[in-house]
Amino acid sequence: MSGETQFFVELVSNGFLTGLMYSLVAVGFVLIYKSTDAINFAQGEFCMIAAIIVASTMTLYGFPLWAAVGISLIFMLGFNLGLERFVLRPMIGRPVVAIIMATIGLALMFRGLGPLVFGAETRPINLPIEQAPVIWGPFFMSQIDILGAAISVLFLAVFGWFFLKSRKGVAMRAVADSHQVSMAMGINVERYFALAWMLAGLVALLGGIVWGNAIGVDTQLAQLGLKVFPVVILGGLDSIIGCIVGGLIVGVCEAIAAGYLDPIVGGGTKDFTPYVLMILVLMIRPYGMFGKPIIERI
Amino acid sequence: MLQLNNIEVIYDNVILVLRGVSIEAPEGAITTVLGANGAGKTTMLKAISGLLRPERGDVSRGSIEFNGERIDRMLPHQIVRNGIVQVFEGRRVFEHLTAEENLIAGGHILPSAAKLKQNMELVYEYFPRLSERRDIQAGYLSGGEQQMLAVGRALMSEPNYVLLDEPSLGLAPMIVQEIFGRIQRLRDEQNVSFLLVEQNAKLALEIADAGYVMENGAIVLEGQASQLRDNADIKEFYLGMSGEDRKSFRDVKHYRRRKRWLA
Ligand SMILES: Nc1ncnc2c1ncn2[C@@H]1O[C@H](COP(=O)(O)OP(=O)(O)OP(=O)(O)O)[C@@H](O)[C@H]1O
Ligand SMILES: [Mg+2]
Repeated sequence: MSGETQFFVELVSNGFLTGLMYSLVAVGFVLIYKSTDAINFAQGEFCMIAAIIVASTMTLYGFPLWAAVGISLIFMLGFNLGLERFVLRPMIGRPVVAIIMATIGLALMFRGLGPLVFGAETRPINLPIEQAPVIWGPFFMSQIDILGAAISVLFLAVFGWFFLKSRKGVAMRAVADSHQVSMAMGINVERYFALAWMLAGLVALLGGIVWGNAIGVDTQLAQLGLKVFPVVILGGLDSIIGCIVGGLIVGVCEAIAAGYLDPIVGGGTKDFTPYVLMILVLMIRPYGMFGKPIIERI
Repeated sequence: MLQLNNIEVIYDNVILVLRGVSIEAPEGAITTVLGANGAGKTTMLKAISGLLRPERGDVSRGSIEFNGERIDRMLPHQIVRNGIVQVFEGRRVFEHLTAEENLIAGGHILPSAAKLKQNMELVYEYFPRLSERRDIQAGYLSGGEQQMLAVGRALMSEPNYVLLDEPSLGLAPMIVQEIFGRIQRLRDEQNVSFLLVEQNAKLALEIADAGYVMENGAIVLEGQASQLRDNADIKEFYLGMSGEDRKSFRDVKHYRRRKRWLA
Protein backbone atom coordinates (compact mmCIF):
# COMPACT_ATOMS: atom_id res chain seq x y z
CA MET A 1 0.00 0.00 0.00
CA SER A 2 1.29 3.42 -0.88
CA GLY A 3 2.11 5.85 1.87
CA GLU A 4 -0.66 8.09 0.62
CA THR A 5 -3.39 5.42 1.02
CA GLN A 6 -1.88 4.31 4.31
CA PHE A 7 -2.22 7.86 5.61
CA PHE A 8 -5.82 8.08 4.47
CA VAL A 9 -6.81 4.76 6.04
CA GLU A 10 -5.20 5.86 9.27
CA LEU A 11 -7.15 9.10 9.30
CA VAL A 12 -10.43 7.35 8.59
CA SER A 13 -9.99 4.61 11.16
CA ASN A 14 -8.95 7.02 13.89
CA GLY A 15 -11.77 9.37 12.97
CA PHE A 16 -14.12 6.42 13.20
CA LEU A 17 -13.05 5.61 16.75
CA THR A 18 -13.20 9.25 17.85
CA GLY A 19 -16.60 9.52 16.19
CA LEU A 20 -18.02 6.70 18.29
CA MET A 21 -16.77 8.46 21.38
CA TYR A 22 -18.56 11.61 20.23
CA SER A 23 -21.70 9.56 19.76
CA LEU A 24 -21.58 8.43 23.36
CA VAL A 25 -21.53 12.01 24.61
CA ALA A 26 -24.20 13.01 22.11
CA VAL A 27 -26.62 10.45 23.52
CA GLY A 28 -26.74 12.56 26.68
CA PHE A 29 -28.38 15.40 24.74
CA VAL A 30 -30.79 13.05 23.05
CA LEU A 31 -31.96 11.50 26.32
CA ILE A 32 -32.99 14.87 27.68
CA TYR A 33 -34.42 16.18 24.47
CA LYS A 34 -36.47 13.06 23.90
CA SER A 35 -38.24 13.23 27.22
CA THR A 36 -38.43 16.94 27.99
CA ASP A 37 -38.08 18.72 24.64
CA ALA A 38 -35.31 20.83 26.14
CA ILE A 39 -31.64 20.99 25.21
CA ASN A 40 -29.32 20.49 28.13
CA PHE A 41 -26.43 22.85 27.50
CA ALA A 42 -24.67 21.57 30.61
CA GLN A 43 -24.09 18.08 29.22
CA GLY A 44 -20.41 18.81 28.49
CA GLU A 45 -20.01 20.15 32.02
CA PHE A 46 -21.67 17.02 33.37
CA CYS A 47 -18.93 15.01 31.61
CA MET A 48 -16.29 17.28 33.07
CA ILE A 49 -17.58 17.04 36.64
CA ALA A 50 -17.98 13.28 36.44
CA ALA A 51 -14.45 12.89 35.10
CA ILE A 52 -12.96 15.32 37.62
CA ILE A 53 -14.49 13.33 40.45
CA VAL A 54 -13.11 10.07 39.07
CA ALA A 55 -9.65 11.52 38.45
CA SER A 56 -9.31 13.35 41.74
CA THR A 57 -10.57 10.52 43.93
CA MET A 58 -7.96 8.35 42.23
CA THR A 59 -5.01 10.73 42.24
CA LEU A 60 -5.72 12.72 45.43
CA TYR A 61 -7.14 9.98 47.64
CA GLY A 62 -5.73 6.86 46.06
CA PHE A 63 -9.01 5.09 45.39
CA PRO A 64 -8.93 2.25 42.88
CA LEU A 65 -10.60 2.89 39.53
CA TRP A 66 -13.78 0.94 40.28
CA ALA A 67 -14.35 2.79 43.55
CA ALA A 68 -13.68 6.16 41.93
CA VAL A 69 -16.18 5.36 39.19
CA GLY A 70 -18.70 4.22 41.80
CA ILE A 71 -18.34 7.44 43.78
CA SER A 72 -18.72 9.53 40.66
CA LEU A 73 -21.74 7.51 39.55
CA ILE A 74 -23.50 7.98 42.88
CA PHE A 75 -22.74 11.68 42.78
CA MET A 76 -23.98 12.12 39.21
CA LEU A 77 -27.21 10.18 39.76
CA GLY A 78 -27.92 11.94 43.02
CA PHE A 79 -27.05 15.34 41.65
CA ASN A 80 -29.16 14.96 38.53
CA LEU A 81 -32.05 13.58 40.52
CA GLY A 82 -31.94 16.63 42.79
CA LEU A 83 -31.53 18.91 39.83
CA GLU A 84 -34.61 17.48 38.19
CA ARG A 85 -36.63 17.54 41.38
CA PHE A 86 -35.80 21.01 42.66
CA VAL A 87 -34.79 23.05 39.64
CA LEU A 88 -36.32 21.60 36.52
CA ARG A 89 -39.60 20.10 37.71
CA PRO A 90 -40.91 23.43 39.02
CA MET A 91 -40.27 24.73 35.52
CA ILE A 92 -42.54 22.21 33.82
CA GLY A 93 -45.09 24.02 31.74
CA ARG A 94 -42.90 27.08 31.34
CA PRO A 95 -41.48 27.83 27.91
CA VAL A 96 -38.72 25.44 26.89
CA VAL A 97 -36.43 28.45 26.57
CA ALA A 98 -36.59 28.89 30.35
CA ILE A 99 -35.31 25.35 30.88
CA ILE A 100 -32.57 25.90 28.33
CA MET A 101 -31.48 29.08 30.09
CA ALA A 102 -31.40 27.20 33.39
CA THR A 103 -29.07 24.58 31.90
CA ILE A 104 -26.79 27.31 30.56
CA GLY A 105 -26.62 28.83 34.03
CA LEU A 106 -25.82 25.41 35.40
CA ALA A 107 -23.03 24.95 32.87
CA LEU A 108 -21.38 28.22 33.88
CA MET A 109 -21.68 27.32 37.53
CA PHE A 110 -19.99 23.97 36.98
CA ARG A 111 -17.15 25.54 35.06
CA GLY A 112 -16.47 27.82 37.99
CA LEU A 113 -17.01 25.31 40.77
CA GLY A 114 -15.11 22.35 39.28
CA PRO A 115 -11.63 23.86 39.45
CA LEU A 116 -12.44 25.70 42.66
CA VAL A 117 -13.19 22.48 44.51
CA PHE A 118 -10.76 20.09 42.87
CA GLY A 119 -8.01 22.36 41.59
CA ALA A 120 -7.27 23.38 38.03
CA GLU A 121 -4.49 21.00 37.09
CA THR A 122 -4.91 18.34 34.44
CA ARG A 123 -5.22 14.85 35.89
CA PRO A 124 -5.23 11.53 34.14
CA ILE A 125 -7.82 8.79 34.23
CA ASN A 126 -5.81 5.70 33.56
CA LEU A 127 -7.78 2.72 32.37
CA PRO A 128 -5.86 -0.54 32.66
CA ILE A 129 -4.62 -0.74 29.06
CA GLU A 130 -1.31 -0.42 27.27
CA GLN A 131 -0.17 2.78 25.63
CA ALA A 132 1.29 0.89 22.65
CA PRO A 133 -0.67 1.24 19.41
CA VAL A 134 -2.31 -1.70 17.72
CA ILE A 135 -1.20 -2.46 14.20
CA TRP A 136 -3.62 -4.65 12.32
CA GLY A 137 -3.17 -4.84 8.56
CA PRO A 138 -3.35 -1.30 7.27
CA PHE A 139 -4.90 -0.06 10.52
CA PHE A 140 -2.80 1.74 13.06
CA MET A 141 -4.78 2.66 16.14
CA SER A 142 -4.19 3.53 19.77
CA GLN A 143 -5.55 1.08 22.32
CA ILE A 144 -7.02 3.96 24.27
CA ASP A 145 -9.16 4.93 21.33
CA ILE A 146 -10.15 1.33 20.68
CA LEU A 147 -11.26 0.87 24.27
CA GLY A 148 -13.11 4.19 24.20
CA ALA A 149 -14.89 3.20 21.03
CA ALA A 150 -15.71 -0.25 22.41
CA ILE A 151 -17.25 1.20 25.57
CA SER A 152 -19.18 3.63 23.39
CA VAL A 153 -20.53 0.90 21.12
CA LEU A 154 -21.56 -1.23 24.07
CA PHE A 155 -23.51 1.51 25.78
CA LEU A 156 -24.97 2.90 22.57
CA ALA A 157 -26.36 -0.56 21.94
CA VAL A 158 -27.78 -0.73 25.44
CA PHE A 159 -29.43 2.69 25.16
CA GLY A 160 -30.69 1.88 21.68
CA TRP A 161 -32.31 -1.30 22.91
CA PHE A 162 -33.78 0.52 25.88
CA PHE A 163 -35.44 3.18 23.77
CA LEU A 164 -36.63 1.11 20.88
CA LYS A 165 -37.59 -2.16 22.51
CA SER A 166 -38.21 -1.90 26.23
CA ARG A 167 -41.56 -0.87 27.69
CA LYS A 168 -39.93 1.87 29.74
CA GLY A 169 -38.28 3.19 26.59
CA VAL A 170 -41.61 3.32 24.78
CA ALA A 171 -43.13 5.13 27.76
CA MET A 172 -40.28 7.62 27.67
CA ARG A 173 -40.90 8.33 24.01
CA ALA A 174 -44.61 8.65 24.73
CA VAL A 175 -43.80 11.24 27.38
CA ALA A 176 -41.72 13.12 24.84
CA ASP A 177 -44.64 13.04 22.40
CA SER A 178 -47.21 14.44 24.84
CA HIS A 179 -47.04 14.95 28.58
CA GLN A 180 -50.78 15.27 28.92
CA VAL A 181 -51.70 12.15 26.98
CA SER A 182 -48.98 10.15 28.75
CA MET A 183 -50.48 11.16 32.07
CA ALA A 184 -53.85 9.98 30.87
CA MET A 185 -52.29 6.59 30.08
CA GLY A 186 -51.23 6.19 33.69
CA ILE A 187 -47.61 7.09 33.03
CA ASN A 188 -46.03 8.91 35.94
CA VAL A 189 -44.50 11.64 33.82
CA GLU A 190 -42.37 13.16 36.55
CA ARG A 191 -40.75 9.83 37.28
CA TYR A 192 -39.72 9.58 33.64
CA PHE A 193 -38.21 13.05 33.69
CA ALA A 194 -36.17 11.93 36.68
CA LEU A 195 -35.14 8.76 34.86
CA ALA A 196 -34.07 10.75 31.81
CA TRP A 197 -31.87 13.05 33.87
CA MET A 198 -30.33 10.14 35.73
CA LEU A 199 -29.53 8.42 32.46
CA ALA A 200 -28.01 11.67 31.21
CA GLY A 201 -25.82 11.64 34.32
CA LEU A 202 -24.77 8.07 33.61
CA VAL A 203 -23.91 8.88 30.00
CA ALA A 204 -21.94 11.90 31.15
CA LEU A 205 -19.89 9.69 33.43
CA LEU A 206 -19.19 7.21 30.65
CA GLY A 207 -18.26 10.00 28.26
CA GLY A 208 -16.12 11.65 30.93
CA ILE A 209 -14.18 8.46 31.56
CA VAL A 210 -13.67 7.64 27.90
CA TRP A 211 -12.58 11.16 27.01
CA GLY A 212 -10.69 11.75 30.24
CA ASN A 213 -8.71 8.62 29.46
CA ALA A 214 -8.00 9.89 25.96
CA ILE A 215 -7.11 13.53 26.61
CA GLY A 216 -6.78 14.01 30.37
CA VAL A 217 -9.15 15.69 32.81
CA ASP A 218 -9.44 19.42 33.38
CA THR A 219 -11.98 22.13 32.55
CA GLN A 220 -11.18 21.71 28.87
CA LEU A 221 -13.27 18.56 29.00
CA ALA A 222 -16.38 20.72 29.25
CA GLN A 223 -15.73 21.78 25.65
CA LEU A 224 -17.01 18.33 24.73
CA GLY A 225 -20.51 19.70 24.95
CA LEU A 226 -19.86 22.27 22.25
CA LYS A 227 -17.79 19.84 20.28
CA VAL A 228 -20.55 17.29 20.20
CA PHE A 229 -23.34 19.71 19.48
CA PRO A 230 -22.87 19.46 15.69
CA VAL A 231 -23.09 15.68 16.06
CA VAL A 232 -26.44 16.01 17.77
CA ILE A 233 -27.76 18.45 15.21
CA LEU A 234 -26.47 16.31 12.35
CA GLY A 235 -28.17 13.22 13.67
CA GLY A 236 -31.39 14.91 14.68
CA LEU A 237 -31.92 15.68 18.33
CA ASP A 238 -34.12 12.70 19.05
CA SER A 239 -32.46 9.73 17.42
CA ILE A 240 -29.87 7.40 18.88
CA ILE A 241 -29.10 5.97 15.45
CA GLY A 242 -28.67 9.58 14.40
CA CYS A 243 -26.14 10.07 17.20
CA ILE A 244 -24.06 7.18 15.97
CA VAL A 245 -24.12 8.19 12.32
CA GLY A 246 -23.61 11.86 13.19
CA GLY A 247 -20.68 11.00 15.45
CA LEU A 248 -19.04 8.87 12.79
CA ILE A 249 -19.46 11.51 10.10
CA VAL A 250 -18.06 14.27 12.30
CA GLY A 251 -15.21 12.09 13.58
CA VAL A 252 -14.12 10.96 10.13
CA CYS A 253 -14.58 14.32 8.40
CA GLU A 254 -12.66 16.25 11.01
CA ALA A 255 -9.83 13.71 10.98
CA ILE A 256 -9.54 13.92 7.20
CA ALA A 257 -9.79 17.70 7.20
CA ALA A 258 -7.16 17.95 9.90
CA GLY A 259 -4.90 15.46 8.13
CA TYR A 260 -4.89 17.26 4.81
CA LEU A 261 -5.69 20.88 5.62
CA ASP A 262 -3.81 21.47 8.85
CA PRO A 263 -0.36 21.35 7.18
CA ILE A 264 -1.57 23.99 4.73
CA VAL A 265 -3.47 26.38 7.00
CA GLY A 266 -1.34 25.72 10.06
CA GLY A 267 -3.84 23.87 12.29
CA GLY A 268 -7.24 24.38 13.85
CA THR A 269 -9.25 22.66 11.12
CA LYS A 270 -10.61 20.10 13.58
CA ASP A 271 -12.34 22.81 15.51
CA PHE A 272 -14.50 24.20 12.77
CA THR A 273 -15.15 21.23 10.46
CA PRO A 274 -18.04 19.96 12.60
CA TYR A 275 -19.79 23.33 12.43
CA VAL A 276 -19.42 23.55 8.68
CA LEU A 277 -21.00 20.11 8.43
CA MET A 278 -23.76 21.13 10.80
CA ILE A 279 -24.68 24.19 8.79
CA LEU A 280 -24.66 22.20 5.54
CA VAL A 281 -27.01 19.58 6.94
CA LEU A 282 -29.34 22.13 8.47
CA MET A 283 -29.68 23.78 5.08
CA ILE A 284 -30.84 20.51 3.52
CA ARG A 285 -32.74 18.86 6.39
CA PRO A 286 -33.71 21.33 9.10
CA TYR A 287 -34.57 18.55 11.57
CA GLY A 288 -31.27 16.70 11.11
CA MET A 289 -30.69 13.50 9.22
CA PHE A 290 -32.67 11.28 11.56
CA GLY A 291 -34.78 13.74 13.47
CA LYS A 292 -38.53 13.36 13.51
CA PRO A 293 -40.17 15.63 11.00
CA ILE A 294 -43.19 17.48 12.26
CA ILE A 295 -46.04 15.35 11.02
CA GLU A 296 -48.68 17.33 9.20
CA ARG A 297 -51.57 15.37 7.82
CA ILE A 298 -54.09 17.19 5.75
CA MET B 1 -70.72 3.06 39.55
CA LEU B 2 -69.09 6.35 38.63
CA GLN B 3 -70.76 9.32 40.26
CA LEU B 4 -70.35 13.07 40.07
CA ASN B 5 -72.01 14.75 43.01
CA ASN B 6 -72.85 18.36 42.37
CA ILE B 7 -69.35 19.28 41.20
CA GLU B 8 -68.15 22.76 40.47
CA VAL B 9 -64.99 23.36 38.43
CA ILE B 10 -63.01 26.58 38.36
CA TYR B 11 -60.08 27.44 36.11
CA ASP B 12 -57.43 29.92 37.27
CA ASN B 13 -59.40 30.45 40.50
CA VAL B 14 -61.89 32.67 38.72
CA ILE B 15 -63.41 31.08 35.63
CA LEU B 16 -66.38 29.01 36.77
CA VAL B 17 -67.02 26.37 34.10
CA LEU B 18 -69.06 23.61 35.76
CA ARG B 19 -71.76 24.74 38.14
CA GLY B 20 -73.17 21.85 40.11
CA VAL B 21 -73.02 18.89 37.77
CA SER B 22 -74.42 15.58 39.01
CA ILE B 23 -74.13 12.48 36.88
CA GLU B 24 -74.37 8.77 37.44
CA ALA B 25 -72.73 6.35 35.04
CA PRO B 26 -73.79 2.83 36.02
CA GLU B 27 -71.58 -0.21 35.51
CA GLY B 28 -71.87 -2.02 32.19
CA ALA B 29 -73.72 0.83 30.50
CA ILE B 30 -73.04 3.54 27.99
CA THR B 31 -73.94 6.89 29.49
CA THR B 32 -73.84 9.88 27.21
CA VAL B 33 -73.47 13.57 27.95
CA LEU B 34 -74.65 15.81 25.15
CA GLY B 35 -73.87 19.46 24.76
CA ALA B 36 -72.80 22.15 22.34
CA ASN B 37 -69.36 23.75 22.03
CA GLY B 38 -68.12 25.19 25.28
CA ALA B 39 -70.77 23.53 27.43
CA GLY B 40 -68.07 22.07 29.69
CA LYS B 41 -68.08 18.45 28.55
CA THR B 42 -64.32 18.09 28.21
CA THR B 43 -63.82 19.88 31.50
CA MET B 44 -66.08 17.33 33.16
CA LEU B 45 -64.07 14.41 31.77
CA LYS B 46 -60.78 15.97 32.82
CA ALA B 47 -62.16 16.47 36.30
CA ILE B 48 -62.82 12.73 36.47
CA SER B 49 -59.46 11.65 35.10
CA GLY B 50 -57.48 14.06 37.26
CA LEU B 51 -56.15 16.10 34.37
CA LEU B 52 -57.46 19.49 35.46
CA ARG B 53 -54.61 20.43 37.72
CA PRO B 54 -51.92 20.80 35.02
CA GLU B 55 -54.32 23.25 33.35
CA ARG B 56 -54.85 25.22 36.55
CA GLY B 57 -58.35 23.85 36.95
CA ASP B 58 -59.81 22.60 40.22
CA VAL B 59 -62.87 20.73 41.46
CA SER B 60 -63.82 23.40 43.96
CA ARG B 61 -67.06 21.89 45.22
CA GLY B 62 -68.80 18.52 45.23
CA SER B 63 -67.19 15.13 44.89
CA ILE B 64 -66.39 12.45 42.34
CA GLU B 65 -66.87 8.90 43.55
CA PHE B 66 -65.92 5.63 41.98
CA ASN B 67 -67.47 2.56 43.60
CA GLY B 68 -67.97 4.58 46.76
CA GLU B 69 -64.41 5.89 46.92
CA ARG B 70 -63.59 9.55 46.38
CA ILE B 71 -61.24 10.03 43.47
CA ASP B 72 -61.31 13.79 42.94
CA ARG B 73 -58.02 14.36 44.77
CA MET B 74 -56.12 11.56 43.03
CA LEU B 75 -53.35 11.97 40.49
CA PRO B 76 -53.99 10.95 36.88
CA HIS B 77 -51.89 7.77 37.07
CA GLN B 78 -53.66 6.69 40.23
CA ILE B 79 -57.00 7.11 38.53
CA VAL B 80 -55.89 4.94 35.61
CA ARG B 81 -54.82 2.29 38.10
CA ASN B 82 -58.27 2.52 39.64
CA GLY B 83 -59.75 1.58 36.27
CA ILE B 84 -60.80 4.84 34.62
CA VAL B 85 -59.15 6.04 31.45
CA GLN B 86 -59.87 8.97 29.15
CA VAL B 87 -59.81 9.06 25.36
CA PHE B 88 -59.12 12.64 24.31
CA GLU B 89 -61.06 14.80 21.95
CA GLY B 90 -59.23 14.91 18.63
CA ARG B 91 -57.71 11.44 19.15
CA ARG B 92 -54.27 12.59 20.31
CA VAL B 93 -52.32 9.47 19.35
CA PHE B 94 -48.57 9.50 20.01
CA GLU B 95 -47.70 10.57 16.49
CA HIS B 96 -44.09 9.49 16.43
CA LEU B 97 -44.72 6.07 17.88
CA THR B 98 -45.99 3.19 15.81
CA ALA B 99 -49.55 1.98 16.29
CA GLU B 100 -48.29 -0.95 18.31
CA GLU B 101 -46.05 1.24 20.46
CA ASN B 102 -49.09 3.38 21.18
CA LEU B 103 -50.78 0.29 22.53
CA ILE B 104 -47.70 -0.60 24.58
CA ALA B 105 -47.77 2.88 26.11
CA GLY B 106 -51.48 2.45 26.79
CA GLY B 107 -50.71 -0.73 28.73
CA HIS B 108 -48.09 1.02 30.81
CA ILE B 109 -49.62 0.07 34.15
CA LEU B 110 -49.87 -3.64 33.34
CA PRO B 111 -47.66 -5.79 35.55
CA SER B 112 -46.29 -8.20 32.94
CA ALA B 113 -45.31 -8.40 29.30
CA ALA B 114 -47.54 -11.45 28.93
CA LYS B 115 -50.57 -9.45 30.04
CA LEU B 116 -49.57 -6.70 27.63
CA LYS B 117 -49.45 -9.16 24.76
CA GLN B 118 -52.78 -10.67 25.71
CA ASN B 119 -54.55 -7.31 25.85
CA MET B 120 -52.98 -6.28 22.59
CA GLU B 121 -54.43 -9.34 20.90
CA LEU B 122 -57.83 -8.44 22.31
CA VAL B 123 -57.56 -4.90 20.92
CA TYR B 124 -56.54 -6.29 17.53
CA GLU B 125 -59.55 -8.60 17.65
CA TYR B 126 -61.89 -5.66 18.09
CA PHE B 127 -60.02 -3.43 15.66
CA PRO B 128 -58.45 -5.70 13.02
CA ARG B 129 -57.46 -2.65 10.98
CA LEU B 130 -54.99 -1.73 13.73
CA SER B 131 -53.39 -5.13 13.46
CA GLU B 132 -52.69 -4.54 9.78
CA ARG B 133 -51.27 -1.11 10.49
CA ARG B 134 -49.36 -1.97 13.66
CA ASP B 135 -45.92 -0.95 12.39
CA ILE B 136 -47.01 2.36 10.86
CA GLN B 137 -46.22 5.61 12.64
CA ALA B 138 -49.48 6.67 14.25
CA GLY B 139 -49.19 10.19 12.83
CA TYR B 140 -49.66 8.77 9.36
CA LEU B 141 -52.79 6.73 10.11
CA SER B 142 -56.14 7.95 8.80
CA GLY B 143 -58.46 9.80 11.14
CA GLY B 144 -60.66 6.75 11.63
CA GLU B 145 -57.69 4.50 12.32
CA GLN B 146 -56.36 7.04 14.78
CA GLN B 147 -59.66 7.06 16.63
CA MET B 148 -59.63 3.27 16.77
CA LEU B 149 -56.09 3.44 18.06
CA ALA B 150 -57.06 5.97 20.71
CA VAL B 151 -59.86 3.71 21.92
CA GLY B 152 -57.70 0.58 21.67
CA ARG B 153 -54.89 2.29 23.56
CA ALA B 154 -57.27 3.15 26.37
CA LEU B 155 -58.49 -0.44 26.53
CA MET B 156 -54.95 -1.71 27.05
CA SER B 157 -55.01 -0.83 30.74
CA GLU B 158 -58.10 -3.04 31.28
CA PRO B 159 -60.30 -0.17 32.42
CA ASN B 160 -63.72 -0.54 34.01
CA TYR B 161 -64.67 2.84 32.63
CA VAL B 162 -63.64 4.56 29.43
CA LEU B 163 -64.31 8.27 29.07
CA LEU B 164 -64.83 9.06 25.39
CA ASP B 165 -64.58 12.70 24.29
CA GLU B 166 -66.38 13.27 21.00
CA PRO B 167 -65.14 10.17 19.18
CA SER B 168 -67.25 10.99 16.12
CA LEU B 169 -65.58 14.35 15.57
CA GLY B 170 -64.47 14.83 11.98
CA LEU B 171 -65.04 11.24 10.89
CA ALA B 172 -67.12 9.89 8.02
CA PRO B 173 -70.50 8.44 9.08
CA MET B 174 -69.51 4.93 8.08
CA ILE B 175 -66.37 4.93 10.24
CA VAL B 176 -68.34 6.38 13.12
CA GLN B 177 -70.89 3.58 12.79
CA GLU B 178 -68.09 1.05 12.85
CA ILE B 179 -66.45 2.53 15.95
CA PHE B 180 -69.75 2.95 17.80
CA GLY B 181 -70.60 -0.66 16.98
CA ARG B 182 -67.34 -1.80 18.60
CA ILE B 183 -68.08 0.31 21.64
CA GLN B 184 -71.43 -1.43 22.03
CA ARG B 185 -69.78 -4.81 21.64
CA LEU B 186 -67.16 -3.92 24.24
CA ARG B 187 -69.94 -3.05 26.65
CA ASP B 188 -71.80 -6.29 25.97
CA GLU B 189 -68.88 -8.70 25.69
CA GLN B 190 -66.19 -7.19 27.93
CA ASN B 191 -68.47 -5.39 30.39
CA VAL B 192 -66.63 -2.10 29.83
CA SER B 193 -68.64 0.94 30.94
CA PHE B 194 -68.51 4.14 28.92
CA LEU B 195 -69.10 7.79 29.59
CA LEU B 196 -69.58 9.16 26.10
CA VAL B 197 -69.43 12.89 25.47
CA GLU B 198 -70.93 13.92 22.14
CA GLN B 199 -72.31 16.82 20.16
CA ASN B 200 -73.84 14.37 17.76
CA ALA B 201 -76.91 13.50 19.83
CA LYS B 202 -78.51 11.27 17.23
CA LEU B 203 -75.57 8.91 17.05
CA ALA B 204 -74.89 8.93 20.76
CA LEU B 205 -78.50 8.19 21.71
CA GLU B 206 -78.52 5.26 19.31
CA ILE B 207 -75.99 3.35 21.38
CA ALA B 208 -76.37 4.91 24.83
CA ASP B 209 -78.43 3.49 27.67
CA ALA B 210 -79.01 6.80 29.37
CA GLY B 211 -78.07 10.39 28.76
CA TYR B 212 -77.69 13.92 30.05
CA VAL B 213 -77.81 17.24 28.31
CA MET B 214 -75.33 19.88 29.44
CA GLU B 215 -75.64 23.57 28.76
CA ASN B 216 -73.37 26.29 30.09
CA GLY B 217 -71.81 24.00 32.64
CA ALA B 218 -75.03 22.66 34.08
CA ILE B 219 -77.17 19.59 33.43
CA VAL B 220 -80.48 20.73 32.00
CA LEU B 221 -82.04 17.40 31.07
CA GLU B 222 -81.57 13.74 31.83
CA GLY B 223 -83.24 10.43 31.14
CA GLN B 224 -83.10 7.03 29.51
CA ALA B 225 -81.83 7.15 25.96
CA SER B 226 -85.23 6.17 24.60
CA GLN B 227 -86.92 8.99 26.51
CA LEU B 228 -84.36 11.49 25.29
CA ARG B 229 -84.80 10.33 21.71
CA ASP B 230 -88.51 11.08 22.01
CA ASN B 231 -88.06 14.32 23.92
CA ALA B 232 -89.36 17.20 21.84
CA ASP B 233 -86.64 19.64 22.90
CA ILE B 234 -83.86 17.23 22.05
CA LYS B 235 -85.47 16.44 18.73
CA GLU B 236 -85.66 20.09 18.04
CA PHE B 237 -82.24 21.24 19.22
CA TYR B 238 -79.91 18.31 18.86
CA LEU B 239 -81.39 15.74 16.53
CA GLY B 240 -82.53 18.22 13.91
CA MET B 241 -85.97 18.13 12.41
CA SER B 242 -87.11 15.79 9.65
CA GLY B 243 -83.65 14.38 9.04
CA GLU B 244 -82.01 17.67 8.09
CA ASP B 245 -78.74 18.73 9.67
CA ARG B 246 -78.49 19.39 13.35
CA LYS B 247 -79.03 23.02 14.19
CA SER B 248 -76.09 25.06 15.31
CA PHE B 249 -75.78 26.30 18.85
CA ARG B 250 -76.63 29.80 17.76
CA ASP B 251 -79.93 28.61 16.31
CA VAL B 252 -80.67 26.80 19.51
CA LYS B 253 -80.02 29.91 21.54
CA HIS B 254 -82.18 31.89 19.23
CA TYR B 255 -84.95 29.36 19.48
CA ARG B 256 -84.70 29.31 23.25
CA ARG B 257 -84.98 33.03 23.45
CA ARG B 258 -87.98 33.00 21.17
CA LYS B 259 -89.59 30.27 23.18
CA ARG B 260 -89.03 32.13 26.42
CA TRP B 261 -90.42 35.24 24.87
CA LEU B 262 -93.51 33.41 23.65
CA ALA B 263 -94.10 31.74 26.97
N1 LIG C 1 -57.65 25.56 30.76
C1 LIG C 1 -58.70 26.41 30.73
N2 LIG C 1 -58.61 27.63 31.30
C2 LIG C 1 -59.65 28.48 31.28
N3 LIG C 1 -60.84 28.20 30.72
C3 LIG C 1 -61.00 27.01 30.13
C4 LIG C 1 -59.94 26.06 30.10
N4 LIG C 1 -60.37 24.96 29.45
C5 LIG C 1 -61.65 25.22 29.09
N5 LIG C 1 -62.02 26.45 29.48
C6 LIG C 1 -63.34 27.06 29.27
O1 LIG C 1 -64.32 26.22 29.81
C7 LIG C 1 -65.48 26.21 28.98
C8 LIG C 1 -65.85 24.79 28.67
O2 LIG C 1 -64.84 24.18 27.91
P1 LIG C 1 -64.84 22.67 27.50
O3 LIG C 1 -63.63 22.40 26.71
O4 LIG C 1 -65.06 21.85 28.71
O5 LIG C 1 -66.14 22.60 26.58
P2 LIG C 1 -66.69 21.41 25.69
O6 LIG C 1 -68.08 21.19 26.10
O7 LIG C 1 -65.77 20.26 25.75
O8 LIG C 1 -66.67 22.07 24.26
P3 LIG C 1 -66.34 21.41 22.83
O9 LIG C 1 -67.60 20.72 22.41
O10 LIG C 1 -66.05 22.58 21.98
O11 LIG C 1 -65.19 20.50 23.02
C9 LIG C 1 -65.14 27.02 27.76
O12 LIG C 1 -65.76 28.27 27.90
C10 LIG C 1 -63.65 27.17 27.82
O13 LIG C 1 -63.26 28.42 27.31
MG1 LIG D 1 -64.62 19.31 24.42
